[in-house]
Amino acid sequence: MNGAGDIRGRNLLTNIDWRIVGLYLALILVGWLNIYASEYDPENVRSIFSWSLRSGKQFVWILTALALGSLVLFVIPFRAFETLAPLAYVCVGFLLVAVIFLGASTRGSHSWFVLGPISFQPAELSKITTSLMLAKFMSRYTYRLSNTRDFFLTLALIFVPMLVIVAENETGTALVYLSFFFMLYREGLSGWLLFIAFMVVVIFILTLTASPYTALLMALAVIALCVSIERNKIKWIFSLYLPLCIILSFLPYACRTYAFLSWLNPMYVLWVAAAACVIGFVIKGYQEKNSFKMLASVAVVLAVIITLSVPFIFEKVLQQHQRTRIEVLLGMKNDPAGAGYNVRQSMIAIGSGGLTGKGYLQGTQSSYGFVPEQSTDFIFCTIGEEWGFLGSVLTILLYVLLIWRIIMRSENSREKFTRIYGYCVASIIFMHLVVNIGMTIGLMPVIGIPLPLVSYGGSSLWAFTVMIFIFVSLCRNEKKYFL
Amino acid sequence: MTDSKRHIKLLLGLVVAALILCGRIFYIQIVDDSYKIDAQNNSMVHIPIYPLRGIIYDRNGKILVSNKICYDFHCTPSAVEAFDTLALSQALGVEVAQIKEKMAYYKQPRVRRKIGYRSVVMFPKIPQEQYLRFEEIAYRFPGFSGQARSLRAYPYNAGGNLLGYVSEVDAAYIKNHPEYKSGDYAGKTGIEATCEKWLRGVKGEKIFYRDSKNRIGAPYQGGEADTDAISGSDIVTTIDAELQNYGQQLMQNKVGSLVAIEPSTGEILTLVSSPGIDVAQLADIGSHYKDIVSNPYKPMFNRAVQASYPPGSVFKLVNGLIGLQEGVVKPTTKYPCQMGYHFGRNTLGCHEHRSPLDLEESVMMSCNAYFCYVFRDLIENPQYETVAEGFTKWREMVSSFGFGQRLGSDFPSELSGFIPQSSYYDRYYGKKGWKAHTVISLSIGQGEIGCTPLHLANLCATIANRGFYYTPHIVKDSEQVSIDAKYKTRHYTQVDTAHFSTIIPGMYRAVNSGYGSGGTASVAAVEGLEICGKTGTAQNPHGDDHSVFICFAPKENPKIAVAAYIENGGFGATWAAPIASLLVEKYLNGTISRDYLEQRMLEGNLMNKTKKK
Repeated sequence: MNGAGDIRGRNLLTNIDWRIVGLYLALILVGWLNIYASEYDPENVRSIFSWSLRSGKQFVWILTALALGSLVLFVIPFRAFETLAPLAYVCVGFLLVAVIFLGASTRGSHSWFVLGPISFQPAELSKITTSLMLAKFMSRYTYRLSNTRDFFLTLALIFVPMLVIVAENETGTALVYLSFFFMLYREGLSGWLLFIAFMVVVIFILTLTASPYTALLMALAVIALCVSIERNKIKWIFSLYLPLCIILSFLPYACRTYAFLSWLNPMYVLWVAAAACVIGFVIKGYQEKNSFKMLASVAVVLAVIITLSVPFIFEKVLQQHQRTRIEVLLGMKNDPAGAGYNVRQSMIAIGSGGLTGKGYLQGTQSSYGFVPEQSTDFIFCTIGEEWGFLGSVLTILLYVLLIWRIIMRSENSREKFTRIYGYCVASIIFMHLVVNIGMTIGLMPVIGIPLPLVSYGGSSLWAFTVMIFIFVSLCRNEKKYFL
Repeated sequence: MTDSKRHIKLLLGLVVAALILCGRIFYIQIVDDSYKIDAQNNSMVHIPIYPLRGIIYDRNGKILVSNKICYDFHCTPSAVEAFDTLALSQALGVEVAQIKEKMAYYKQPRVRRKIGYRSVVMFPKIPQEQYLRFEEIAYRFPGFSGQARSLRAYPYNAGGNLLGYVSEVDAAYIKNHPEYKSGDYAGKTGIEATCEKWLRGVKGEKIFYRDSKNRIGAPYQGGEADTDAISGSDIVTTIDAELQNYGQQLMQNKVGSLVAIEPSTGEILTLVSSPGIDVAQLADIGSHYKDIVSNPYKPMFNRAVQASYPPGSVFKLVNGLIGLQEGVVKPTTKYPCQMGYHFGRNTLGCHEHRSPLDLEESVMMSCNAYFCYVFRDLIENPQYETVAEGFTKWREMVSSFGFGQRLGSDFPSELSGFIPQSSYYDRYYGKKGWKAHTVISLSIGQGEIGCTPLHLANLCATIANRGFYYTPHIVKDSEQVSIDAKYKTRHYTQVDTAHFSTIIPGMYRAVNSGYGSGGTASVAAVEGLEICGKTGTAQNPHGDDHSVFICFAPKENPKIAVAAYIENGGFGATWAAPIASLLVEKYLNGTISRDYLEQRMLEGNLMNKTKKK
C-alpha cells in the first residue's frame, strides 16, 4: 500500500494541495470580476460574458487555463517536467531569440508571436522553463552552489534568457528574473550578495537624487560598519569611522562657505579616503588572513565605480521612457500629465476608494477611462477604488497566503527538484506582486508587468496556471515515505 | 541548520513587503485626502447654473439696473452634420461667411484635436430674439445649442461709476475672494460692488459623469445631487433716478463731481462723477475696456469719492465754526480787510469788498482776511502752550466733521483725504519752527489739505443739520436687505448747535442778497427755495481754479444738501453754484424756472480747460 500509484488509483483528487488550488481559483475570480468592472459603462450595460468585453474574453481564457491546468495535473506524467526541462529550456530559448526577428512589434518591443487571433509571449513561457531548468540543474546530486563552476553555470542559466528578453525591449519581464536570487539565497547563496545588490540600488538612487558625493560617503560608511560588525569591533565605529563620516559630510558645505577651502574639490578628498580604505583593508586582510576585509576593499572599489558610472548608465544605457519613469518616481521631475500621468491617475483611483471602496461597479475613475491599461497592468486600481482598503488588503493577503503555502510546501518537500522549483514559482509571483502593486501606488517606477492571475490577458494567465499546476502536480506525486 | 533559518527569513521578507504595500495603500486611501478630492474633479463634470443678479431700484421704486437674457451659441464640432448655413445665418443674424470661417477653423486638424468631444462658444451673446428664431429650427442643426446667460440692462443713464460694472472674476479677485470660482461674475465697482453680497445670489449646479475623453455621460446619482440657482436679492438704493439722470446731464462735458445728500438721513440722492462710463458700455464692459482705460480723462476714476481736492473757500465755514466754539471770534467781531491779509512782508490777497466785516458778512462775501485772523487766533490761542497744541486741537475739531478720514460710506474705494498733523509741519520746519502764518493758507481751505466731493457734501449736510451728520450711504432698508446700524447713528461735531445758527444766515445771504450786495452766490438764488450756500474757488497747480459750491435748501428743515466741484471751472459762482442750484430746484420743485441758466449749464463745455492726464 505504499506506492504513490496506489493513492492515485484510489481517487483522482486525493493528495492535491487544495489550498493552493483554492487560492488560485480565488485570485482568478477576483481578476475576472474586476476586469468586468474596469470596463463597466453604466450607460451601456453588457453581460460579463459578452464577447465584446474583455471580461467575456477573459472567461474563455479562464476556461482554457483550467483545462490546461487539468492537463498538467492529470495527464502529463510528473516525471516529464524534470526529464524534459533541458529540452524545453533550449526550445524556448530559440523562441526567445526568434521572436526578436519574427515577432510583431508592439510599442517598441519585439516579444509577441501573433498566430491569427492568438498572440503569445515566449518570455512568459521562459519563466517556467528557466525555473524547471534551474530546479533540474541544481537538484543534481553533485551540485554545490559553493562550487565556482556550478555557481557560474547557474548564473548563466538565469542571465542568458534574461539578456535576450532585455534585447526584446521587455525590461520589465527581464527584471522578474532577478527574483531567482531569492531562491538562490534559500539554496545557500550568501546573504551578503543580496545585501550588495540592495546597496547597489541604493547607491544608484542616491547618486541620482542627492549627489555622487553623498552616495559614495554613504557606501564607505556602510562598508566600514560591515567590517566592524564582522569582527565584533563595534567600538571602532564610534571612535574612528563615525567622526570621520560626520566631518566628511560637512566638507562640501565647508568648501562652499569658506574661501580658504574653495580650491578643494570635496570629491577628491573622498576618493583619497576610498583609496586609503582599499589599501588599509588589503593590508589588514592580508595580515589577518581575513577574506572579508579583502572583499570589503573590492566593495569600496565597486562603490567608486558605480558612483562614477551612474550618470553614464542613466544617460546612455537606459531608454528615454525608462529614464523619465525613474526620474518621476524619484521625484526629480514633476510631470503629472506626461510620464507621471498613469501613476497619478492610478493613485487617484485607488485613493478615492477609502476604507470600504465605492462598491462593485460603482467606480468612476477606472470605468470612465482615466486609468490607462486598467484591465491589464493597472487592474489593481479597480480593486482599490471599488473595494477600498479592505479589498486591497484582502487581495494582497490572498497572494501572501499563496506564496506562503508554496514556500512551506517546498520547504517540506523531500525532493530537491520540487523545492527549488517551488521557490522559483514563489519568487516570481512575489516579484510580480511587489512590482505591479508598487507601481500602481507610486512605490515603483512604471514597469509593465501584470498582476499574476488577476490582470487581463490569456498569455500571462496560462503561463501562471501552468507554472502553479506543475508545482501542484509535483507535490501531489511526492513520495510519501511514511505512509 | 542555515537552511531552515533561511526560509523563515524569506517568509519574513514576504510579510514585510506585503506590509509596506498595505501601509502605502492605507496612506493614500485613508490618511491622505487629496486623492479623493482629485477623484471628484476628475470624473465628474459640474455644470454651474448661474443665478440672476438682483435688481437695483432707486428710492422711488424705479429700476436702475435690471437683467436681460442673451445666449452664448455653442458648437460641438464632433456632433455637427452637414447643415444649411444660410438658414442658420438668417436665424442668428450673423454673416454666412462668419459661420463658414468658424466651421473651417474647427476643422483644422490641430484645433479639432484640441476640442475633441467638447463644445466651444461659437458666437457669444446672441440676443434673445435671434436665439428664439434659431430654437424653432434647432432640430435641423445637431451639434449646436445655446446657453442662456444674463446681462445687465440700464433703463436710466445713472452713470457707470455710480452703478458699477459686473465682469468675470480674474485670478487676483479669486485670491482675495475664495468663495468665487473662475467663470463667476462679480460686481467690481460702484453699487454692483457694494451690494455684491446681496446681488450675486447662489449658484446651482448639475453634476454629470464624464470620461477621460471629456464626454459628458449620465447625470450623477440620477440628478439627485443637482442644486438650483437662487436669484440674488433686489436692492433699493437711496439714489433718486430722475435727479441722478439730471445730474449726469448737467455734468456732461465737464470734469468734476456732483453729490447730493438728504441731510436728515445721510442718504445719497445723487452721485455723479464726470466724465464717466456710459451705461451703454457698461453691460459689455469687456469689449470697451481698452477704450475706457485709454481715455485721457480717466472715466473709470470716480472723482466723487476718489479725488482729493483742496476745498477752497468752502472750508472757511469750518474755520468759522471752530473759531466760535473756541471763543476766539464772536458773531459781532469785526476785522478789516484791505485787499487781503498782511503779515510781515507777505499778503494773502482778497477781492474787493466793503470793510470791516463781521462773521456773517465775511461768510456772505467770502472774505479771506477775516478767516486768516480767525485761524491765527485758533492756532496761536494763548489757551494752549504751543502752536503745535493749538494746531492739534484745531485738527481734532476739523476731523469731527469727517475730514481727513474715510466717512465709512457703503460706497467702495472711498478716499480718506488729508488734514495734516502738527508733526507733518515739524518735519518740514522743525519743532517750533512754524506758526500760524506759516500755514495760513489752511484758513481758506488751500495748502496741505485734501478732501473728496463726498466730504464736502457731508459738510453741507452737517451744517444743514446744525451740527451732526449721518454717514452717507447708498443702500436703503428694504424687505430683503437691512442696512448696518451705523448708518442710523448721528455723528456730532465738536461745535455746538448754537454756533451753526450764526453761520447759516451768512450762507443764506450769500445766495439771497441779490446782485450788487456783495453776496458771492446770487446766481444760485431760486425764488421760494431759501437756498443757503457757500462758494469756493480752489487754486490748484493743474490750471484754472476749480469751481466749488456747497448748498442746502430750504433753510429750515433742509431736504437736500449738494456739493458741486467743477475742475478748472473758475469762480465758484461761474459753474458750480448754478449747477448745484439747478439740482436743488429740480429736486424740490420738479421743474426748472431758469431756462436760460439751465441751457447754459447743459451746453457748457469745459473739457478743453482740463489737462488730460
